[in-house]
Amino acid sequence: MSTPHPATVTPAPTGALNLSRTTATAARVLRQLRHDPRTVALMLLVPCLMLLLLRYVFDGSPRTFDNIGASLLGIFPLITMFLVTSIATLRERTSGTLERLLAMPLGKGDLIAGYALAFGALAIVQSTLATGLAVWFLGLDVTGSPWLLLLVALLDALLGTALGLFVSAFAASEFQAVQFMPAVIFPQLLLCGLFTPRDAMHPVLEGVSDVLPMSYAVDGMNEVLRHTDMTAAFVRDVLIVAGCALLVLGLGAATLRRRTA
Amino acid sequence: MMNYSSRPPEDPAVRAQDLTVVRGARTVLRGLDFTVPRGQVTGLLGPSGCGKSTLMRAVVGTQAKVTGALDVLGRPAGHPALRTRIGYVTQAPSVYDDLTVRQNLDYFAAILRPGSASADRRQDVERVLTDVDLTPHADALAGALSGGQRSRVSLAVALLGTPELLVLDEPTVGLDPVLRRDLWRLFHTLAAERGATLLISSHVMDEAERCHRLLLMRAGEILADDTPDALRTRTGSETVEAAFLHLVDAANAAGSTGRTGRTKETTR
Repeated sequence: MSTPHPATVTPAPTGALNLSRTTATAARVLRQLRHDPRTVALMLLVPCLMLLLLRYVFDGSPRTFDNIGASLLGIFPLITMFLVTSIATLRERTSGTLERLLAMPLGKGDLIAGYALAFGALAIVQSTLATGLAVWFLGLDVTGSPWLLLLVALLDALLGTALGLFVSAFAASEFQAVQFMPAVIFPQLLLCGLFTPRDAMHPVLEGVSDVLPMSYAVDGMNEVLRHTDMTAAFVRDVLIVAGCALLVLGLGAATLRRRTA
Repeated sequence: MMNYSSRPPEDPAVRAQDLTVVRGARTVLRGLDFTVPRGQVTGLLGPSGCGKSTLMRAVVGTQAKVTGALDVLGRPAGHPALRTRIGYVTQAPSVYDDLTVRQNLDYFAAILRPGSASADRRQDVERVLTDVDLTPHADALAGALSGGQRSRVSLAVALLGTPELLVLDEPTVGLDPVLRRDLWRLFHTLAAERGATLLISSHVMDEAERCHRLLLMRAGEILADDTPDALRTRTGSETVEAAFLHLVDAANAAGSTGRTGRTKETTR
């Protein structure tokens, strides 16, 4: 059959976000994960197991479990999504599919939003399981609403996705990508107030922790832990985490080049 | 300029003037001038590392540091409007190994034509599956297929949406003779019946005989731009391979007697 050239097919704008391309990308990422049930199981179950472990490590001091448990509810989604996204986008770069997609009318924003949407959905499931387990079965004593815990967890997941995407641009192999985890995540983990309150650190370190986004993720969780309502500090923490996520997503978009050497 | 076919004289699908590409410290393409006529199969031949892939990436618009003029389908290469009109197959199959063949095609079809009805897209997917003869494997994971099958999935993706220009980087590498023959038949059908322009690279000289036109490359330069017949006649050779070797020797001889930066370029 001979088809006349549809030379004038909608020259769909590729700069702005295109809803159906974004959702198609998100669906594709989730479909890939469905073919890899072991990864999904690890993503969903490991945080729950860690919380369970922690609960009995601090068997004698439930207050400590409250503090650390709430902080970890914010940290888990960040770390998981960071790892999964950095490897997934690195594979996209090395397999040539990224080059193919960028030679097609796919906007960079569509790709990034697609990934964020897919991993965000997964983060919701992960955080729901972990938060539910901690609050209802492990006796995590939260003063505020568990929904707010979930909100912070979701934003943390988004931040993790953003960081992973950004970092994958600087990794040439899976080995390097995995090594970015200690480089990017561990310093934040040490300085975020999980081990000791931030204001008790050396002033220089406290200053550093003030500019690291994970600190605000943990602060936000602790606000929910101690207060019944949304405090001003909570709103500020949430906005900072969300703002950082958006900023890093933007930086990540800048690392996607249609033309490469 | 050259108008071998019976088609009305129109703009060539690709027109390059003084096309130069630098990668790192190396100049990979050195001031090339060539055209790729519409509706024909043009072969891009030359030894590995001579710049074939770089030339193709420049045409598709994924190559950085391109200088000179390069017009593709009437627009500068890399123009956003070209992204739906060019199908591109990289040397290594670029598909998702953890998706089935059909899921791969469904996704790329959705990216290509987000507005179209899903029935249309499904029809398109079925058509390209038939084209590359993968319908029986449509529901297999791409990663579970053989190398030749995976490269056909990659080709099928490029055929989605009936592109006007197909840029295929060594599409027949590693395929058995039967499949190679079938694919070349498909390429000719695409040109003859769908009016597509094909630019196909290969380092296997026997495939050259199946092209309407040839661009022979060596070390970032174009040695010849002609039809296979004319090449053989001009060099007095039996095969295109012999013609190519003849041209290489001639170029080497010219190179040793006073270094001419550019090699001869022939249109006739």
